[in-house]
Amino acid sequence: MTTKPEAQVVLRLQGITKRFGPVTANEDVSFDLHRGEVIALLGENGAGKTTLMNILFGQYTADAGAVELFGQPLPPGAPRAALDAGVGMVHQHFTLADNLTVWENIVLGVDHLSALSLKPRQVKSRIRTLSERFHLKVDPNAKVGRLTVGERQRVEILKALYRDAKILILDEPTAVLTPQEAEALFATLKEAIATGLSVIFISHKLHEVMAISHRVLVLRHGRLVAERNTETTNREELAALMVGAEVSAPSITPAAPGAPLLELRQVSTPDHGAAPGLKSLNLTLAAGQITGLAGVSGNGQAALSDLLSGLVSPATGEMALAGQKIKNWSARSAIAQGIARIPEDRHKTGTIADFDLTENAILETYASRFSRRGWMDWTRARAFTKDLIQTYDVRCPGPDIRIRLLSGGNMQKLILGRVLEEEPQIILANQPVRGLDIGAVNYVHGELTKARDRGAAVLLISEDLDEIMQLSDVIHVISEGRLSPAFARGSMRPDELGAWMAGHGFDAEAPNAA
Amino acid sequence: MRLEPIEAPSPARRIVPPALAISATFLVAAALALVAGGNPFAVFGLILKGAFGSKFALLETLNSATPLIFTGLAIAVAFRAKLWNIGAEAQLYGGAVLTVVLGTGALGLPAYLILPLCGLAAMLAGALLLLGPALLKTRLGVDEVVTTLLFNFIFLLFISYLLEGPLKDPMGMGWPKSARLTPEARLPRIVEGLRLHWGFALALIAALLVWVINTRTTLGYEMRAVGQNAEAAGFAGIPVTRVILKTALLSGGLAGLAGFSEVSGLKGALTLDLSPGFGYTGIVVAMLALLHPLGVVLAALFVAAIFVGADSMSRAVGVPSYIADIMLASALLFMVLAILLTKFRLRRD
Repeated sequence: MTTKPEAQVVLRLQGITKRFGPVTANEDVSFDLHRGEVIALLGENGAGKTTLMNILFGQYTADAGAVELFGQPLPPGAPRAALDAGVGMVHQHFTLADNLTVWENIVLGVDHLSALSLKPRQVKSRIRTLSERFHLKVDPNAKVGRLTVGERQRVEILKALYRDAKILILDEPTAVLTPQEAEALFATLKEAIATGLSVIFISHKLHEVMAISHRVLVLRHGRLVAERNTETTNREELAALMVGAEVSAPSITPAAPGAPLLELRQVSTPDHGAAPGLKSLNLTLAAGQITGLAGVSGNGQAALSDLLSGLVSPATGEMALAGQKIKNWSARSAIAQGIARIPEDRHKTGTIADFDLTENAILETYASRFSRRGWMDWTRARAFTKDLIQTYDVRCPGPDIRIRLLSGGNMQKLILGRVLEEEPQIILANQPVRGLDIGAVNYVHGELTKARDRGAAVLLISEDLDEIMQLSDVIHVISEGRLSPAFARGSMRPDELGAWMAGHGFDAEAPNAA
Repeated sequence: MRLEPIEAPSPARRIVPPALAISATFLVAAALALVAGGNPFAVFGLILKGAFGSKFALLETLNSATPLIFTGLAIAVAFRAKLWNIGAEAQLYGGAVLTVVLGTGALGLPAYLILPLCGLAAMLAGALLLLGPALLKTRLGVDEVVTTLLFNFIFLLFISYLLEGPLKDPMGMGWPKSARLTPEARLPRIVEGLRLHWGFALALIAALLVWVINTRTTLGYEMRAVGQNAEAAGFAGIPVTRVILKTALLSGGLAGLAGFSEVSGLKGALTLDLSPGFGYTGIVVAMLALLHPLGVVLAALFVAAIFVGADSMSRAVGVPSYIADIMLASALLFMVLAILLTKFRLRRD
């Protein structure tokens, strides 16, 4: 950062401790935030970042410790207090009303929409002034439902600025943005801190943290384990601090692509609400190769994933497995044809929370492997689950506990075991490491690479461009249901992929020549 | 104040709230007994005595519990799969109608076939009556709460028509009542000379079977999976629609058996007051049992005992027998609260 923060302390956290039963979410966390400063709060999932912010916002009450805003103590457990004192938060999941316009969303919660004192013209002109000053381009009269994800985020930031926020908290703001949009966001933030705004930037993307922050605070297991000036640290050190050990990512050997195992020819599927369907998509998944699918969320990834999972059938076009055209497509036939499916949402789609590990482990294969003449063979199912737990290193008390008690990483390992156990030829991994800690991430990536090396065709869908570029042998970009040509590993820079992610290049190229 | 979910409730937390719920029920009833001018201890004593105090009382309680076990099981099976069957009342009457059609000697069937046929036909009738709403739910997304609930009224009017018309007993002196079942179509008494009939034993067997289905069979696994998370079940390839339809058949069939058991075991003929709301009380029974099939038996006995006991109590002292309805309603409300407390904890901010 070029600008220097000022000496005035705007926010002071002192000895914040929060426990949930036996779990300590935050322990003795203290730090100061200065006027015009950007602090990056770095930590893995479950490190306690969100709890800390919820305490600041009065949604939780700390068991010990105090929060001071502009020198005044903040009353605990009063959500409006922080808002009124000038703290604005942009959540990972936006809190906007789709059926209202941008300006209505911005004043919502500040004034009543029906209040007599409300003067729409003045509101809009103030929004226009703010949006010009901070380069947050958005039309105040547009309906929020029609905006792109990037634009919605701008509305969220405008909402905070409109309320005269002096402190802005951004929770993983770039997760839903293209690299270009992320750059624009950083430009806005630089503008904002120059005017005296202070920012807490929550992320686990190290290059962003390096680019935007003055100071980095590292949280691990709820404790503040390190504080570094951004100028004097580097990515490697931060990564090591975050996990508490040197990180070794799995090394990727060159791929040895083989025959095409799955082919989509001119496949279209219907739109699903706001999410676009597939538009005349051509895609080939070859044996022994990881195909990465990059794209901003909500551009047809769900449609493609549902198609390969057997949840929807092509409306037009055809789909072939190992050269055989597919008819009667269903989830069960997808499983029977040897497609391993790692779903995007492991809590809602991948597992049944109140079922035990055994019941979850056999969810896909109970009919063919653990059932005879209508009776379940629980003895075999349990033995099978014990094997999975061992082979895939699922840390748990045993096969009889409910899966909701497992951490995300262990839950994902069980799902991996469930689908990879029979060495499937085709693997669909939809956001396989979202929300996992680095150890589990490396484990999942290692398993996918291993499967590729034994000749499986892997489709990796992710919104994390770093993950796509690190793992994929070829990369496609998906935008509004259309697919870019295949790019070989290393042939594209992130910003070039970003242009495709933003929807450029498709018109000249259509239909895609995969 | 806020509710926080409890990830792993301790054994005490599973037992204490329901026990408190039952105690609270009795406290409410005690207060009402005082208001009505009775001594609560005497009232409860009389209820207990009226329900279990003599051989006659006990058998009366068991007989009264029988239809509640069937409808309670029907509801428990459906609710576990998140199929909200509020139509057990109609399904019960459906079973009763077919029992009467087959059992009044009109068809000239061999004697040994009549009882099993009546039972099967009653199950079929109940099953088909729920299959319609289930198909509407799975095909068109029509809310089954609305369809099953409202269909109860339509079907009761239909029964009324049958009893005034095609099924009317020619010897019935004009009363809206069906002809009586032939002796071969009657469920015999378990012990000769005592009023308890084999329907009660059948209900116990049904509860055991449902328990086995839930825990041991593939269908039970599928029903539980669909009920707990239909999205995950569908993703894993479980045929969700088919499982819901099978659940409907099982649930409706059990409710149909209630009608068979009441007509064939107890009443011997079909009248419009065959069921004083067994289909609805079955919901209370299933909820009190936390949808567990063996718990349904206990809950049905509890509910039946209160009703039978309150009846005889009100004859002895002046406290109205409505106290039974209030006890039932408060038991349900407190139990729902108790269930909440086994899963969540109150936390003061």
